[in-house]
Amino acid sequence: MAGLIHRAWRNSFPHGIHPPGNKFTNRLPIKRLPFADELIIPLSQHIGAPAEPIVHRGQEVVRGEPIAKASGFVSVPMHSPVTGVIAGIELTPTAKGPKTKSIIVRPHPGAGQKVLYGAPQDYSRLDRNELITAVQDTGIVGLGGAAFPLHVKLAAPPGTIIDTVIANGCECEPFLTADHRLMIEHADEIISGIQLVMKLSGAKQAIIGLENNKGDAFHAIKMRLPDKSPISARLLETKYPQGSEKMLITTLTGREVPSGGFPYQIGVIVHNVATLAQLGTLMPLRRGLIERVVTVTGPGVKKPGNYLTPLGTPIRQLLDYVGFSGTANHLILGGPMMGSSVASLDVPVTKAVGGIIVLAEERKIDEHPKNADPCIKCGRCLQACPLKLNPSQLGLLAAKREYQAMEEEFHLNDCFECGCCSYVCPSSIPLVQYFRIAKAINREQLITA
Amino acid sequence: MKKRLNARVEIRTSPHIHYAPSVSQIMRNVVYALVPISLFGIYQFGLSALALIVVTTASCLATEHLFMRVSDRASSLHDFSAVITGLLLALTLPPGFPLWMAAVAGFIAIALGKVIFGGLGYNILNPALVGRAFVQAAFPVAITTWTPAFIPGRFNEFVPSTLTLPFLKPISPAEWINANAIDGFTGATPLALQKFEQIQTSTIDLLMGMTSGSAGESSALLIMACGLYLAFRKMLDWRIPVGILVSSALFSALFYLINPDLYPPPLFTLLSGGMMLGAIFMATDMVASPLTPLGVWSYAILIGVLTVTIRFFGGLPEGIMYAILLGNAASPLIASLTQPRAYGKDRRSLFNRRQKEES
Repeated sequence: MAGLIHRAWRNSFPHGIHPPGNKFTNRLPIKRLPFADELIIPLSQHIGAPAEPIVHRGQEVVRGEPIAKASGFVSVPMHSPVTGVIAGIELTPTAKGPKTKSIIVRPHPGAGQKVLYGAPQDYSRLDRNELITAVQDTGIVGLGGAAFPLHVKLAAPPGTIIDTVIANGCECEPFLTADHRLMIEHADEIISGIQLVMKLSGAKQAIIGLENNKGDAFHAIKMRLPDKSPISARLLETKYPQGSEKMLITTLTGREVPSGGFPYQIGVIVHNVATLAQLGTLMPLRRGLIERVVTVTGPGVKKPGNYLTPLGTPIRQLLDYVGFSGTANHLILGGPMMGSSVASLDVPVTKAVGGIIVLAEERKIDEHPKNADPCIKCGRCLQACPLKLNPSQLGLLAAKREYQAMEEEFHLNDCFECGCCSYVCPSSIPLVQYFRIAKAINREQLITA
Repeated sequence: MKKRLNARVEIRTSPHIHYAPSVSQIMRNVVYALVPISLFGIYQFGLSALALIVVTTASCLATEHLFMRVSDRASSLHDFSAVITGLLLALTLPPGFPLWMAAVAGFIAIALGKVIFGGLGYNILNPALVGRAFVQAAFPVAITTWTPAFIPGRFNEFVPSTLTLPFLKPISPAEWINANAIDGFTGATPLALQKFEQIQTSTIDLLMGMTSGSAGESSALLIMACGLYLAFRKMLDWRIPVGILVSSALFSALFYLINPDLYPPPLFTLLSGGMMLGAIFMATDMVASPLTPLGVWSYAILIGVLTVTIRFFGGLPEGIMYAILLGNAASPLIASLTQPRAYGKDRRSLFNRRQKEES
């Protein structure tokens, strides 16, 4: 009932929060970033099996050339973002912590931006399986942050009927504007990406969902859409997490993804506009994914903007390029709600990184008080949770280490850690962190049992 | 020369931003909302009301401090929750209530109502009402001895019973009231007048607080205004007072329609006694009320119906205190029965859950 009212009146899902947008960079056109001294390409920057290197130390590679191949169906190849020489295959730090195997490419001095690999193809002649292989060859993964291989998502199990393709242009995380700029500057590529996905899935319609703080992007897309196009664009309430897959599906179609299930089970697939733009760009040229738009912003950045960044650019070099003020000591990969802190500046930009936010010492967005107060059961978290869970109860159970009850009685595993509950908690209880720990312990027990 | 990034990088977990009033900010706002009501109580009843408010608040703060010291925990006075308990407690007591009894009530409120369960966030019942229920049982005469509002000499002297020495029988204020030339004051509140003598107090008097009663439960209008302030600041769950007031009005209307001579009109039910203070400031104690959407409404309706039931069919003229305490006691059960349906889950009934647990 509440859901119906929200959909009809406000173009939104029930619950959620309204953090300050801080979209300082939404009017800055996408700019190319120069090559770094060394590009670090982790072999595992997607969900699934790591790619296998097909180059050796000292080998010359050209921009766009495959340097690692997919090691199975749920895996993608890697391509060299620059013309240069393979400096080594080493263990390098990742944003998540543990070191992982990466290919290091050292650019040739004066290496150009021209992509020297790939050949135009007419993919309209390919059959379904050939198309899916062609998508896998591009190395595209979900660029919204999930990094799930695109071709796997497109190869829905036989018998599934998809009626709607949703292009996710919400970009509901504060600060980030990369998708916003892409929709303004690359609407054609997004639309051709959508058309390809529609063809593959057999969907009769596609909807591009945008938050209503992106009116200019909405008009840019509208202008490119012919009359009576099966693709439509819709402006939605600016509310976090409008761009989460489940919330967006509910807002646009009124359907709910079953707990533990997938969107295709209810006839929908959702792709991020950045993913679709890459698909629309790379497929006709038969190229691989070698760069992406990254929003670099935050109070600590001197030249904030949306940068077309070669994959593998170390964050340190990127930050040196954009400059920063004050003693920046808090870096976030991704958005401030779901992004992760980085421990090392030698971490490279990977396929899933859509934003880098630098918080300066003198102007932090907000300081977390050191100690949490007891839960006063104010119920703000219940009114914020987009999944209608009971974070208060989950938090109390977590404090008592009743992790099993959290899972069985209070749907712990449905939580996708959007952070709304922690955001609104007057007692500053680190609820999301509690839930992560609980999930990890439950997983561990499942393995050891 | 380019400035290098500071090598010391902080690691935090998401979400990296946080926006919410702190617990003490919320509690402080509740205190702000209670200040006008307290001031009006002092204006109505004079020095005695002032002394009463000061004593209960001080007693609550001292008790909380003492127990935190004893249990070797950091002082929790800064969260302002003990101040709320003290103020609310004073507002529910008769203005001429002996001060030593008020100090006992404050001690019981915090000791048995709050710290024994683990302090703020863990209490099962509203602490102020625990204190009040205790003195209601312990000092049945003192707690039903009322003084009229607006006695001319109220700012010059205390009600005699206020200054009763500890463990002594309170001095009856009857003579003092007569001496202050208030004719025909029976010492009965509007509720008692209605219940035992079928005398109606005018709606205007109830709205403006021109009646006798507890120190802070008289002006329905002022209490509503203060409640609205908190509701607009989102520091009070508006559904609870609305649920209580609507359900009690409807429930009492039922009886009024059957027998208008015996039962009061619904408006009287809403405006008299502690209904407003209870519905807006007591039942909304966040800690002791359920927080599931359906649970909030069930809790409010339960309190509304119970209040009217106690008022009409119980031995006491007022029922809101016990109704709220019962509602508080029932709220864990209500909460567990009304867990919301999570996104993407089947609507599962209580019975399904039971079956699942058994299997």
